[in-house]
Amino acid sequence: MSDIAERVKKIVVEHLGVEEEKVVLEASFIDDLNADSLDTVELVMAFEEEFGIEIPDDAAETIQTYGDAVNFIQQAS
Amino acid sequence: MRRVVITGLGLVTPLACGVEESWNRLLDGQSGAGPITRFDTSNVATTYACEVPYGDGSDGSFNPDDWMAPKERRKVDDFILYGIAAATQAVRDAGWEPEDEESRLRTGVMIGSGIGGLQSIEATTKLIAEKGVRRVSPFFIPGALINLISGQVSIKYGFKGPNHAVVTACSTGAHAIGDAARLIQWCDAEVMVAGGAEAAICEIGIAGFNACKALSTGRAGDPKSASRPYDADRDGFVMGEGAGVVVLEEYEHAKARGAKIYAEVLGYGLSGDAYHITAPSSDGDGGFRSMTAALERAGVSPADVDYINAHGTSTMADTIELGAVERLLGDAGGTATMSSTKSATGHLLGAAGAIEAIFSILAIRDQVAPPTINLDNPAVESPLDLAPNAKRERKIDVALSNSFGFGGTNASLVIGKVR
Repeated sequence: MSDIAERVKKIVVEHLGVEEEKVVLEASFIDDLNADSLDTVELVMAFEEEFGIEIPDDAAETIQTYGDAVNFIQQAS
Repeated sequence: MRRVVITGLGLVTPLACGVEESWNRLLDGQSGAGPITRFDTSNVATTYACEVPYGDGSDGSFNPDDWMAPKERRKVDDFILYGIAAATQAVRDAGWEPEDEESRLRTGVMIGSGIGGLQSIEATTKLIAEKGVRRVSPFFIPGALINLISGQVSIKYGFKGPNHAVVTACSTGAHAIGDAARLIQWCDAEVMVAGGAEAAICEIGIAGFNACKALSTGRAGDPKSASRPYDADRDGFVMGEGAGVVVLEEYEHAKARGAKIYAEVLGYGLSGDAYHITAPSSDGDGGFRSMTAALERAGVSPADVDYINAHGTSTMADTIELGAVERLLGDAGGTATMSSTKSATGHLLGAAGAIEAIFSILAIRDQVAPPTINLDNPAVESPLDLAPNAKRERKIDVALSNSFGFGGTNASLVIGKVR
């Protein structure tokens, strides 16, 4: 697994308080990992901070799963 | 009029987390004061306060993990954490965690705060200055709003009755209990979870009260002696933090389910000074009128008051309140005991009225008045027994608890043995 994927997973585990095994590529933050809409806003902010990137609001809306986040960040960084 | 009784108690105080632990240390004459550990105090005039004792949860220490999961705790200011901890204790103590919809619809929450999420406001403002507005957490606002203790507690237990929050500075806790009792009297609810919480020991909190010249500054060498109501050498209040929450219940409802009943809310009085934004009027008339109104509601004569938990903050206002109480009690002043438990806990601002109502309830339960510690050299002579440095075992059937706040807002509660 790539370094980016590991770092994203760590953020997801910390912010959502979920077990690491549940953070699989197709896991939806809201449907599978018990996040609410505010949690997802905070997650995106944490990704921006960790990777030093800016994720515009319209792009943030497309990040629904752990895999979406990894893909977006790999392309952006 | 429907009668309202108290069936559950919860406390997070600078003395301890927990009702019995806080009460025992209060009776023992202990102080919750010490050097401030929460922030670097090198820029402020006051370097000590009464902080909640954090720890692993044993021996009366406060372990945040006992009350909120770490993931949820990150999203709220400490005043909400304390409020939830005290509310959880009170609800458990009352044995009132109903599963049925009707009971939940008839249970409300009214837990306020004087200031709310001041630490979060300070931290977020600094964050914006350093990193810009895009770093502001989506949980900043719901984690700092004063009514979010009431919101969080309602969500935790499914309480769907009135959901409200009082904001009247240092009278908040007393107003919350009084107003919640009235909602029960008016049939808006059968049960109300009510009280106050505060967590303002942060740089802008201390700096702000320092600017008002309200805080003690001169006892950094011995913080435990700094809160000294009625003493000639007092030099301002010592800030405290924590929460007090009670479960109020309609009397027949409590009896029908066999609830443990601590005491009854007999009366509640309110008034405004219409005088000054921070100082009470020198004749103490606002406090006098709130006490008089509470006794009238209770149908209790001044001579029947056994114990008074004073507002007594360790400021110049102490003697103004004392004068008002002497005027109220008249010749009966010689038989009552009045103490300021702020001598031990410091001033919990919006939580003060709630924790002091709880101390008054426990004074009735155990027939003992807690002491006013550090009262070594009274500033004025009084016929009232101020319980200097020692608790008083005595008859307490009726207790009066006073809370007065900035803006000239006054609340008095009369609490009595259930007859």
